[in-house]
Amino acid sequence: MKVGLFIPCFVNELYPHVAMATLELLEGYGVDVAYPMEQSCCGQPLANNGDSSGACDAALRFTGVFKDFDYVVAPSGSCVSHVTHHYPWYIADNADFQRLQPRVFEIVEFLQDVLKVDKLPKPVHFPHKVSIHQSCHGLRELHHASPSELMIPYQSRLERILQLVDGIEIGQPERRDECCGFGGTFSVDEADVSVAMGRDRVAQHEATGAEYIVGADPSCLMHMGGIIRHNGRAIRPLHVVEILTGRGGAA
Amino acid sequence: MKADNIHHPDAARAFLTDRARASWHDQAIWFVRQKRDVQAKQLPEWEELRKLAEQIKAHTLSKLDDYLIQFEENARRNGVTVHFAADAAEHNRIVHQLLAARQVKKLVKSKSMLTEECGLNPYLEERGIEVIDTDLGERIVQLRHEPPSHIVMPAIHLKKEQISELFHEELGTEAGNNDPTYLTHAARANLRQHFLSADAGLTGVNFAIAETGGVVVCTNEGNADLGTALPPLHIASMGIEKIIPKLEHLGVFTRLLARSAIGSPVTTYTSHFHRARPGGEMHIVIVDNGRSDILGNPDFYASLRCIRCGACMNTCPVYRRSSGHSYSYVIPGPIGSTLGPSRDIKKHGSMAFACTTCGSCSNVCPVKINLHEQLILQRKRAFDAGTLKPAKKMGLLAMRFLTQHPALMDAGGKAMRKVVPILPAFVKDGTAWSRPGRDLPEMPEHSFKELYRRRQEDKQ
Ligand code: SF4
Repeated sequence: MKVGLFIPCFVNELYPHVAMATLELLEGYGVDVAYPMEQSCCGQPLANNGDSSGACDAALRFTGVFKDFDYVVAPSGSCVSHVTHHYPWYIADNADFQRLQPRVFEIVEFLQDVLKVDKLPKPVHFPHKVSIHQSCHGLRELHHASPSELMIPYQSRLERILQLVDGIEIGQPERRDECCGFGGTFSVDEADVSVAMGRDRVAQHEATGAEYIVGADPSCLMHMGGIIRHNGRAIRPLHVVEILTGRGGAA
Repeated sequence: MKADNIHHPDAARAFLTDRARASWHDQAIWFVRQKRDVQAKQLPEWEELRKLAEQIKAHTLSKLDDYLIQFEENARRNGVTVHFAADAAEHNRIVHQLLAARQVKKLVKSKSMLTEECGLNPYLEERGIEVIDTDLGERIVQLRHEPPSHIVMPAIHLKKEQISELFHEELGTEAGNNDPTYLTHAARANLRQHFLSADAGLTGVNFAIAETGGVVVCTNEGNADLGTALPPLHIASMGIEKIIPKLEHLGVFTRLLARSAIGSPVTTYTSHFHRARPGGEMHIVIVDNGRSDILGNPDFYASLRCIRCGACMNTCPVYRRSSGHSYSYVIPGPIGSTLGPSRDIKKHGSMAFACTTCGSCSNVCPVKINLHEQLILQRKRAFDAGTLKPAKKMGLLAMRFLTQHPALMDAGGKAMRKVVPILPAFVKDGTAWSRPGRDLPEMPEHSFKELYRRRQEDKQ
């Protein structure tokens, strides 16, 4: 099995340790992983601003870069969701994409559904309370958890995977899945609403008494992290792979 | 009517300057979302009901012309006069002619977003007809000369103190008495006079049943009933999408509507109108006003399934933190942000960007409209229509280029990582990202690509 590591453009530049943790986690399970150097952005910012021509070219490029891998895995629910759920708007008829689409996974999905892991590669002891941040695209497009709006039985991938960590205490904020307000270019187009939403979200996470906000989308964590630092708060955002590889406490 | 130049980000910024008030607005509306959740949870078949409602509406829209004709025939058979209006102007003209021909001086009106969409009130007022909105929330915003800020709770942006002040000035209530019951009674007594002296009543329509030719109006105040029972003339205005095929389908929608809208199992009044009362007249005006265009658009026709419950507004984190008055179109929030741009992309295109694409609206919607996806698709139309600001357009074209040239993207990323840390604080704090109170991310020394390359070299 050959896995192509898809590292979203901003994660490559700003969160290299999250990318490295993803790589090491996969390798820890004995997976053969390669990171194709010619990858760039998946095109979500273009698509979300209506540039369908740019979004289409980006989708074709992504497909070309990753089409020969057995699986593609990324540490971002939003970027994966753009590929699996929104590329069809632009390149539904592309045969390479049709073969690729069902093989693109967010990292937690891949661990749970493909590798079917029941323990971590190396045991991790993390004696801290975390508050789960359920990012919207992972939640409502990839179904990583049951959205609070739907009257369906409760489940949460993040909670399940974090149960493999020793000593961790898992909490949930009030309004368990309200958006943090990042929203891609929304964060600057509508900066005031974006920050107002983020402030509320951080406060709700803090109210759980958690030391860390844990999520599977670096963009939401970046946004909340900026608000946390601006206001000198103590709570820290962490990507789930940082905890699963034992990097959590170092942050 | 709404002002002509509302730009959501600016209006939202102004709304958010009063943080305490904005937070109250958010919580007041979130409370309604929670009530909705409690009610929805009590029905084990909730998700089934949504699916059914979606399918009934989708089926009806696929044969809308047939059902409209069937409805018209059955309504005529009941003695109701049916009018078709191609647009807002024709709707207003028809209503005015009906009123003018009967020397109507005063019209009492129950809740209707359609007449708001058509601008009926100012049209009639200019022609000497007094219009009294009889829904309490609509009456409040009418007295304040402002548009509703929500389609179900038109005055949700106001606190009771403001309403008390307004009623003191307009209705002569005691100054400083903020008791909601006292204020409601005062409004009711005042409205009662208007009901008694009105010459005609106009209602909206929640559902029009093709099989029976009857219309159904849901209210919580009974104002539609008084407004049609007292004056001799009843006009019901409806959009073409209000049709459902059969009476047996109605229960699916009434079970969803009030639970979704206000978190109660049913509206207090669900009134069926089939014919004029003895000695009276009943007219139905069926309005297109751009709906056929939406029906013909594969990306957006699902928006016509909307039953105007307002749940998408209540769940929308952006709506709750910016209020309905920050949106340029008469209908705010998620559904307004697809209907508005469908109507006029140049004027309302920016509404489609007032959204993080969180998708909560699509999940609460009782008729399962893919609202957040429609907003992304509306952005495509905004981009193609050239409505994006030049700086933003340039940024996107640069991004488009870099996406195809990773080496340049890497160089740009590296430059950013080196430059940002040495920027003076005033520059950093002045970026669009930082201005409202959010620091830039810390800049790591190396990108992942750099680290990975070194790792591969070390391995060899
Ligand atoms: S779009 Fe759906 S949730 Fe929004 S008002 Fe219409 S029916 Fe209600």
